[in-house]
Amino acid sequence: MHGVDARGNILNHMVQYMTTRFDTSFAALSDATRRGVLEQLGRADASITDLAGKFHMTLTGMKKHVGVLEQAGLVTTKKIGRVRRCQLGPRRLEEETAWLERYRQRWDERFDELDKVVQELTRKEKSDERKKRK
Amino acid sequence: MNARSESEPGPVKNRTTVERKSDREVVVTRTINGPARIVFEAFTKAELLKRWWVPKSMGMTLLSCEVDARVGGKYRLVFDFSPEPAAFFGTYLEVKPYSRLAWTNEEGGEGGPVTTVTFEEKAGKTLVVLRESHPSKEALDAAGTGAADAMVETFDQLDELLVALGESLEQ
Repeated sequence: MHGVDARGNILNHMVQYMTTRFDTSFAALSDATRRGVLEQLGRADASITDLAGKFHMTLTGMKKHVGVLEQAGLVTTKKIGRVRRCQLGPRRLEEETAWLERYRQRWDERFDELDKVVQELTRKEKSDERKKRK
Repeated sequence: MNARSESEPGPVKNRTTVERKSDREVVVTRTINGPARIVFEAFTKAELLKRWWVPKSMGMTLLSCEVDARVGGKYRLVFDFSPEPAAFFGTYLEVKPYSRLAWTNEEGGEGGPVTTVTFEEKAGKTLVVLRESHPSKEALDAAGTGAADAMVETFDQLDELLVALGESLEQ
């Protein structure tokens, strides 16, 4: 068993990393304002001031939202002079949708196999009952 | 792909749904064609669990599967993962025969997600609802702040590794 756990750890870290990564972006997307900001940035880049104005929010409030989106890789910001410009980040929503679909397929395949096992056991049980009655 | 469904009609294949319920929870649902008692057994008996938990498409083989489905009991699944095996393990938190199961996922260290499964029988079929939840939003938020910055570089390296891994799994 020596060495197995070290290797397992790498896989575990990857799994956790992926989970954390997606969790961060799902957390970022759980807020209506942040989803609105993404939609807005999908149309055109904007400054934090523009966004605060559009969403009737204080600069500080908007900075926080943009910070969450930035952390999730959904938005990037760049300071040009005294203005912080925001644009869509390297990661897009499609990535999350694709992740959910892969996740769904994995469970779908798993449950297909479960269905087979359960049906086989159910049939076996029924035929055993019939045998008992005879 | 599915030659079986063409050759013999069999029961209708039910739909699997996945929904992101909140920022810390994913819910999977599926109706299984059989009574809750048998579905529950298939989740809690190692010899049954190993027949379905790792479908061929996963590209991994289960080397061993130990299940002690009692509150406080442990499970451990070891996969044939190149170049060396990888283990997934945890502890059962709830075991209510035929209706409810909950277990921890500890391979990623403490504070990993908890999986809860409920079984609801209706007309000989069982609705399975599986929930993967993170312990708290706070834990999740913490994972998304300072620590994440420090790990960006590591993550980039992992990204490359994941791409390579994904490619090798698809072959």
